[in-house]
Amino acid sequence: MAVNATLEKLGQATLRRLEEVGAAARFVARVAAGLVRLRWEGGQTVLQMARAGVDSVPLVLLTGLFSGMVLAYQTASQLLRLGGEGFVGGLIAVSMAREAAPVFAAVTVAGRVGAGFAAELGTMVVTEQVDALTVMGTDPLEYLVVPRAVALVVMLPVLVVLANAVGSLGGYAVSVVVGVPGSVYLESVRQFLDLHDVVGGLVKSAVFGLVIALVACHKGLRASGGAAGVGQATTGAVVAAIAWVLAANYFLDVLLF
Amino acid sequence: MELSGRVEVVDLHKALGGQPVLRGVSLRVQPGEAVAILGPSGCGKTVLLRHLVGLLVPDRGEVRLDGEALHRLPPHRLREVRSQVGVVFQGAALFDSLTVGENVAFPLRRHRRLSESRLQEIVAEKLNLVGMGGTEHRMPAELSGGMRKRVGIARALALDPKIVLYDEPTAGLDPVTARAVDRLMMEVRARTRTTTVLVTHDLLTAFAVADRVAVMEAGRFVVTGTREEVRASPHPLVQAFLRSSALGGIVEEAIREA
Repeated sequence: MAVNATLEKLGQATLRRLEEVGAAARFVARVAAGLVRLRWEGGQTVLQMARAGVDSVPLVLLTGLFSGMVLAYQTASQLLRLGGEGFVGGLIAVSMAREAAPVFAAVTVAGRVGAGFAAELGTMVVTEQVDALTVMGTDPLEYLVVPRAVALVVMLPVLVVLANAVGSLGGYAVSVVVGVPGSVYLESVRQFLDLHDVVGGLVKSAVFGLVIALVACHKGLRASGGAAGVGQATTGAVVAAIAWVLAANYFLDVLLF
Repeated sequence: MELSGRVEVVDLHKALGGQPVLRGVSLRVQPGEAVAILGPSGCGKTVLLRHLVGLLVPDRGEVRLDGEALHRLPPHRLREVRSQVGVVFQGAALFDSLTVGENVAFPLRRHRRLSESRLQEIVAEKLNLVGMGGTEHRMPAELSGGMRKRVGIARALALDPKIVLYDEPTAGLDPVTARAVDRLMMEVRARTRTTTVLVTHDLLTAFAVADRVAVMEAGRFVVTGTREEVRASPHPLVQAFLRSSALGGIVEEAIREA
């Protein structure tokens, strides 16, 4: 008996999981269809680009600057001791372009913008605003999700360019302070940094933007049960978005570099 | 194609989260008629209302608008049918990122190609109809519950629907505001001749606004009839409703006022 009951519970849990996966897959497919058919709400998209992209600039600049600085602090002092000062600039620039800028910017945006998406959409669900959209003949996925996805796919790479720029600047400053001559630093960047590194990082960040928007909107739209439900959806969105970004990062690295 | 406003619910069954919520509900509403679905919280009346506009798909049975089963309509047709059904949600469900005027304009922008000046004219007209003229530029967050409800009604009427659905129109409102909303619903109905279906746990609202009242308990209708028929029913739930707020005299008065 006990075995049967356990098996039944396990079976039900598995079914529930599969149902969730199915729902998520349908969600992604429908958003993808909206993206491909160019069913973009122009006004909404611009609004989201401003909110998600432009408003994130200060925070991304800050995280970018400090990640460049800490990279420089660690590598410059180590490499100087080994006489490898000619590698410092290149190492920092390449790590910023490929990894630090895209990943830190994505994590920052997942926390700031992903949480915002989930909370806003979750609130709209529990206050029946999403139902109101539906009965007024507007597909919530096209009106709410597609513009947010487009906004992040476009804006996250822009943010990463900025993070790259300030990170390199911070890296340069710290390296010079630690003792790497400026000209050596710049020469090293020129020697090691490839366009491919920068472009690869940007491609990654576009994918991260999509991942964050999809995860956060999906969590938000599945919120239920008032304020507590919205809170849960928001936390879940940030955690899941960061986890998915890090997982995607590994596979994209294997593909791209 | 324009709807006449005939609503039929046929043997509707629905379970949510494994729990049966609707257990064989049938109802016919004639064009222009007003029917109230009266019942205690959790009896399934809101779930029924959500089926009437295709937000939920029945497990068994169907909802027909002008003879067409909603859940079998292709998406473009469903969209067209929905544009002729106005829904007033419980908390009004105004888009809080848009102004009052833009909320009312929203369905118009989605379904009609109108010049901006004509659009603003209609918005002003609908807001006047609900006694909210001149509030176009205010944000929903600045409004009281009763005002939000009025704007919600204006938005539901924006496309001149054939059918208007109200979900708990007076829930959460103080008694004075609630009666004002009752009067507004009656006025709207008198002016627009729409089919009206309202879901409520407020006996006064049901008796004031509706031609017929269907009393729901645990996913089934237990009594359906005119106000007088319902009032005369010996069913314990009906009697409980009548007694609950020492309504005897108040109900009479409300009916007479109406």
